[in-house]
Amino acid sequence: MTSPASPIASAAPSAQPPQTTAVPVELPAYPRLSRLFRLQYEPVQTAWVLLYPEGMVKLNDSAAEILRRCNGEISVSGIAAELETLFSTPNLGPQVRSLLQEGVRRGWIV
Amino acid sequence: MAGSSDMTPPISPPLWLLAELTYRCPLHCIFCYNPTQYARLQTEMTTAQWVDVMRQARALGAAQLGFSGGEPMLRDDLEELVQEAHHLGFYTNLITSGVGLNEARARRLKDAGLDHVQLSFQDSTKELNDFLSHTKTFDLKQKVARIIKQHDWPMVMNCVLHRHNLPHVGKIIEMAEALEAEYLELANTQYYGWAWTNRDHLMPTHEQLIEAEAVVNRYRAQPNPSCRVLFVVPDYFEERPKACMNGWGAVFLAIAPDGTALPCHNARDLPGLNLPRVQDQPLADIWARSQAFNAYRGDSWMKPPCRDCDERHKDFGGCRCQAFLVTGDAAQADPVCSKSPHHSKIVELVRRAPEHRVTPIVFRSDSESRRLHPQD
Repeated sequence: MTSPASPIASAAPSAQPPQTTAVPVELPAYPRLSRLFRLQYEPVQTAWVLLYPEGMVKLNDSAAEILRRCNGEISVSGIAAELETLFSTPNLGPQVRSLLQEGVRRGWIV
Repeated sequence: MAGSSDMTPPISPPLWLLAELTYRCPLHCIFCYNPTQYARLQTEMTTAQWVDVMRQARALGAAQLGFSGGEPMLRDDLEELVQEAHHLGFYTNLITSGVGLNEARARRLKDAGLDHVQLSFQDSTKELNDFLSHTKTFDLKQKVARIIKQHDWPMVMNCVLHRHNLPHVGKIIEMAEALEAEYLELANTQYYGWAWTNRDHLMPTHEQLIEAEAVVNRYRAQPNPSCRVLFVVPDYFEERPKACMNGWGAVFLAIAPDGTALPCHNARDLPGLNLPRVQDQPLADIWARSQAFNAYRGDSWMKPPCRDCDERHKDFGGCRCQAFLVTGDAAQADPVCSKSPHHSKIVELVRRAPEHRVTPIVFRSDSESRRLHPQD
């Protein structure tokens, strides 16, 4: 058996994406969730979470709605259009692209 | 009493369930964190009892489940437990030395819904791997890594670091890449259990750590590193403690082989804790109301310098076990912290380790466990 502290760091419920100012990365045309991650609704947390080896990220509502649509069948602009309808808000493209770029950097999105 | 006041924030759910299925293990690692008295604790819960624990924990909100030990492959009901966990909606992690993970069992575990395998190595060289674990397992682990990838599991390779293998960190990263591990956890030794017994033999130098971290950072800085490397901080060499367990009774719940519920893996060694057993009361009561899980929850237990420290909600005072082992009082600040009046004891443990290496290394074994705890 291994080190006791190890699983905890990555399981931290506060492991939200940092507000980075990293250079934009290229987005896949039809984003999908990496097979290393599982997206799941957790009733106790009343939130969607991303589960991966020994870790969990609690998602806010907009991140969850974006990632739920990353099935390899909807384009980036298609995802933005769906969310604009869902939230009755125009011009969500930049926000969607920003979240997806963070997802690519973190390996969630391929 | 803590937990009953209106001032107390609501208790958060246990998100992480660690199921320590057995303390039995074919390896004899000198840094094992299992309790040194493990040979006196040989009772193991039945399949039905484990299923009951998993159901209760899932209802409380646990989402991550680690099957650990000892060596969890030694339980021949592992596939059944994984299947039940999968149906309950857990993300299931198998934390293994690799011994016993053959083709047939891998196939059954895949069918049962196992999500991920963490495979331990002791070093990048056969000689040191086999010496530190006192077994001939290096070649076997290489084979098991290939079985894991053949079954398309994400793989975390874990290697505990200390003065013997810190100079090999570059080679360990190369091995992780060659075996296609998605993650490499370079876990600097935490001094509990057998690692505490062997601390003088394991204690690295500051220079070794600086060099190893530089190697890790050079790898991370490459354009497209194929493996994500986690470098668990060597806290004896730091000025601030780790946020141990993310706070006591905050997210982490371990269940020992005999059904003892633990707020941290090593809580058994702390005095004054009335550790509950899952056979005796519902898990919800254990988590929310038991004396043991409330003993260091929140911040009302803290003494100076933690009590008035503006970082107390960041590191939660550090590690209770480390505070007890080094200062004799589990409610002290983790002595790793430079604000602790006992910090010099950590500095001394590091500085004086070489002169204490006259005592022999103690390999984890049943006979050594009984020798260390003759009175039990």
